[in-house]
Parts: sequence; structure tokens; C-alpha cells
Amino acid sequence: MSDDTLQVELVAADRLVWSGEAKMLIARTTEGDVGILPNHAPMLSLMVDGVVDVQTTEGETWIAAVDAGFLSVAHNRVSVLAEHAEMSHEIDLEKARHDLERAKESGENDDEAQSAVRRHEARVRAAEQAS
Amino acid sequence: MALSLREYRARIKSTESMKKITRAMELIAASRIIKAQQRAQAAAPYARELTRAVSAVATFSNVDHPLTTEPEDPKRAAVLIVTSDRGLAGAYSSSVIKEAERLAQKLRAEGKEIETYICGRKGEGYFKFRARPVVQSWTGFSDQPTYDVAREVGDALISAFLRETGEEPGEDERGGVGVDEVHVVYTRFKSMLVQEPTATRLLPLEVIEGTEEPAEDDVLPLYEFEPSAAEVLDGLLPRYVQSRIYFAMLQAAASELAARQKAMKSATDNADEMIKKYTRIANQARQAGITQEISEIVGGVNALADANAGSE
Repeated sequence: MSDDTLQVELVAADRLVWSGEAKMLIARTTEGDVGILPNHAPMLSLMVDGVVDVQTTEGETWIAAVDAGFLSVAHNRVSVLAEHAEMSHEIDLEKARHDLERAKESGENDDEAQSAVRRHEARVRAAEQAS
Repeated sequence: MALSLREYRARIKSTESMKKITRAMELIAASRIIKAQQRAQAAAPYARELTRAVSAVATFSNVDHPLTTEPEDPKRAAVLIVTSDRGLAGAYSSSVIKEAERLAQKLRAEGKEIETYICGRKGEGYFKFRARPVVQSWTGFSDQPTYDVAREVGDALISAFLRETGEEPGEDERGGVGVDEVHVVYTRFKSMLVQEPTATRLLPLEVIEGTEEPAEDDVLPLYEFEPSAAEVLDGLLPRYVQSRIYFAMLQAAASELAARQKAMKSATDNADEMIKKYTRIANQARQAGITQEISEIVGGVNALADANAGSE
């Protein structure tokens, strides 16, 4: 493991979604967006539903939509853990938009409905950014 | 042996069609086991990372969390029994239920009351038939559990655990009264041939699982917690519980399929044997019939010859 790359693992509850080397990773925690560069201090933080942005060493950008989960950084190893996670290319944009509309229209205003809206927004955003 | 040849033939036919069915079920179970094992493997990274993170938090902060605190005088214990939805899996469900009964007896001996939670229709049926109370049950997923189900089950158990003992649930909640301990009984998948009913205590959590020795460069990463250690732990522990339940369900699913494959294999073998036996008996009956016919003809001819000889 060299000193200037991050080993990233993007893990959902039922599978390993993506893993590889990266230059930078951006994720949204409860405190706001954080960018992780190599040699970041060890950190454990909670994430909210949102988009995770990974810039690989080859200059590619991978975008993933994740559920609330958490992020752990230690010794240039970054693990993003979420109950559900999808890479942007796995998301059907049309369907995601449709789901978002439906979630918004359901009109309920409790925590669950709001988190559903946020989750769908994240998926749409991830798919849009990738295309 | 008084049956006619036709009846034996009918029996052979029905045994053959039964054999086809059991054979098909055996093959289906065999192919699904592979998938179930793959699912269990796919879930491993999440569980591993989660365990690492939880033990990191537990090591570097002295935060007490309700989920890890031992109640002083445990009075009630919840038992989650993971059974199958469908039968034809040999002793799978009954052996896990037997294990649960053993655990229940032990807990009762310690003076605890039991609250039963169930996964799978077979367990539900067992308790309903005996008219014993079940707090909550979930069905319809036993051979391919999803994480969402595990989360639902986990949430129910955690909220029961966090409720004060003896406190009745609020109106909108379906769970039972609060409990001091949560146990899970499931079947551990050791190999294709060996599946073992196991009972483990889920809550209160004993986090540090000394299974993985930390690597050299892994010692003491002084984590920063965001927003705070307590809040991170708050987010982590329920997920940890859910992932443990998910693990139990995946193991149970693989075990169920393995048990079903074994049961169906021996059913197919037995059908084979029965077909062989009936074929022999049928052949015997056929030959007996032929012999009888011949002796009847011979007897008839002799009688005719005797009669003719007598008249001449």
C-alpha cells in the first residue's frame, strides 16, 4: 500500500459494491460534506443518505448513492458502510426520477417519508452526475 | 400378496412420479445452496467492517450504551427462533425448535420469563398448534432472507430490549413488554453434511470478538469521532445487531437448503428401493399367474385325456 493512495471499500449489507484505489473520496456526513485525501487522520463518522464521490488513481470518477451508514478512515483505508449502496451506472435514471416523484407526492411528512425522499434524491443525483 | 398384478403396476407408477418430484426438489435445493452460500459470503465484508468499527469505538471510548449494559436483575428474556417456511426438510425445523425449548427451560430455571419471537411459518405453526403465545412473527423469506427483513426484526427486538422491563408497549407498537435479554436460536451451517442448531445471546452486546488479531499497522488508530463517540456508537450498535441477525438468517437459509437436499436425497433413494421391491413382487405375481395358467391348461388337457380314455 503506497502512501499516496486510498484503499476504498464501498460495502452494502449484502455485497461488496466497489473496491479499489483512489486519490480522493467525498461523502456526506451528519456534519456536512467531507473530502478524504490520502493520509487523512483516522476517523469514524456517521453518514446521511447521499452521494459518495470517488476519484480513482486513474482519474476516473465513480459515483454511488448510499443509504445512511458510516465512514471509517484509518491508515489510508476507507470503508464506506451502508445498508444499501448502488453505483451510479446501476441506477435507472428514469425509474429513480419516477420513484422520487412518487415519494414526494405521497404527501406524508413523517421521518420515514422524508428519509425516503432524501434517499431517492440521492439516487437521482448520483445518476445525473454520472451521465 | 393377494394384490393383483395391476395394482402393483399402479404402485410402481405412483412411486416413480413421487421419485421424480423428490429428485427435482433435491436438485433445486442443491442449486440454491450455492446461491445461499454466495450470499453469506457477500455479506461477510459488511459484517467484518462493522465489527472492526464497533470494537474500535468500544476500545477508544468509555461511553456506556444501553445496548451494552447488563441489566442487574434480568427478569425477562426474548427468544428469536429462526425456522423454515416450508417443510420437507427433514428434522430441520424441529431440531431448531427443540434447541429453543432447551434454552427456554434453562432460562426459566434462572427465573426468567420467556417472550417468543419467530421467523418462518413452521415455527409459527408449532406455537399456534400448542396455543402458546408468540409476541411477533415474520414469515415468507426463510430460504432467501433480505437485509430489510433483518432490519425489521432487529428493530423490533431492540425496541423491546430498550423498553423498561414490565412496561406495556404503547398503542401503536406491536411488540411485547420490555425484556432484559435477547437470544437467537438458529441453525449454523458448518458444512453440507453438518448443520447445528445454535443458541446465542444477542443483547446485551458483548462486542469484543477476539477472533481477528489486528494486523501490525492496525494497532491503535486513534479515531476521531464525528459528531461524537456516543452518537457514532448510537448509530453503529443497532446496525451491528441487525447484521448479526442477518448473519443468523443467512446461515439458517443455507442450513435449511442443505437439510432439504439431504432429506430429498434419501426420499429419492427410498423411492428407488421401493420401486425395485415392487417390481420384484410384480414379476413374481406375473410369473405366478403364468404358472397357474399353464397348470390349469395342463390339468384341463389331462382331464380331457382321462375322460376320452375312460369312454373308449
